[in-house]
Amino acid sequence: MKELLKEKLAKQFTTVQFEFSEQVDELTVKLDKSALLNVCSFLKDEEGLKFNLCEDVTAIDWATRKNRFTVVYHIFSMENKFRLCLKVDVDESECSVESVSSIWKAANWAEREAYDMFGITFLHHPDLRRMYMSEDFEYHPLRKEFPLMGIPGTLPLPKK
Amino acid sequence: MGLESKLINDGFFTTTVDALAAWARENSVWPMPMGISCCAIEMMASGDPKYDISRFGSEVMRFTPRQCDLMIVAGTVTYKMAHVVKKIFDQMPEPKWVIAMGACTSTGGMYRSYNVVQGIDQFLPVDVYAAGCPPRPENLLNALIQIQEKIGKTRVKDFPDSPQVGFDTKQTELSLSKN
Repeated sequence: MKELLKEKLAKQFTTVQFEFSEQVDELTVKLDKSALLNVCSFLKDEEGLKFNLCEDVTAIDWATRKNRFTVVYHIFSMENKFRLCLKVDVDESECSVESVSSIWKAANWAEREAYDMFGITFLHHPDLRRMYMSEDFEYHPLRKEFPLMGIPGTLPLPKK
Repeated sequence: MGLESKLINDGFFTTTVDALAAWARENSVWPMPMGISCCAIEMMASGDPKYDISRFGSEVMRFTPRQCDLMIVAGTVTYKMAHVVKKIFDQMPEPKWVIAMGACTSTGGMYRSYNVVQGIDQFLPVDVYAAGCPPRPENLLNALIQIQEKIGKTRVKDFPDSPQVGFDTKQTELSLSKN
């Protein structure tokens, strides 16, 4: 399955740079964010691949790296019982990536969560509101600069 | 507030009614099970036949705040949930008491984090704290017994919204002789 996948991707996307690696027996594909939507819809619809389940969309904050964030997609093919991890680098200056919720509906809330926690904007997302924090909250708690105990006075408590 | 606060104005066997009401309250504390996380499991266990909270007259866990007089806050209270807890607490009729069950509720516990309230006493008047993570059912029952002791000692004049008349022998005699 791994070889088939690499072959198909290379054949379909000649101009896109793919970086393959393996972690804990799971294949990881790193790609540029401009190619993300095309690659995702190919992975979902292509005969023999059929990655029809989006398990999770999340992000990593590397704090000091050149590309500060990495958006991580975990997708699964029910047909082949095969799991794949997609990684896309996002820089802080252009902190946005195309939403995949048009391809997998399950990505909708996961992207909202990533937006809430990291402040990464998912372009063309149908309903990009905060997931956990209140809507007037100004910060993104999973960013490395956010203090563990929060910023006093930003989350209101009811009066005694 | 209740029957006895009406009677206190008429000066009509107030001490006896007061003691009777306290005794009745103390032995029929109806809890509001505010089960937010894992402490709720131990709270449920304290209602089972082995620990049997009904020995203390508190088996009627009411899922509406309007019928309760003791709120057992069992679990981690986040800043978002705090508003809900407070809203439910406000709907409970006076007089009411609060047990902060477990480490999270009392101090934030192991969740030393931006989203968890570090102790519900920041927005609720807590009467008894039950220590443990989660506390065993015996521990919750002990907290209940302590609340009962507190309720037994409470008199009408102690409640914040009761008319500040108090027990007056002269008034009582007067009203009795009139009748």
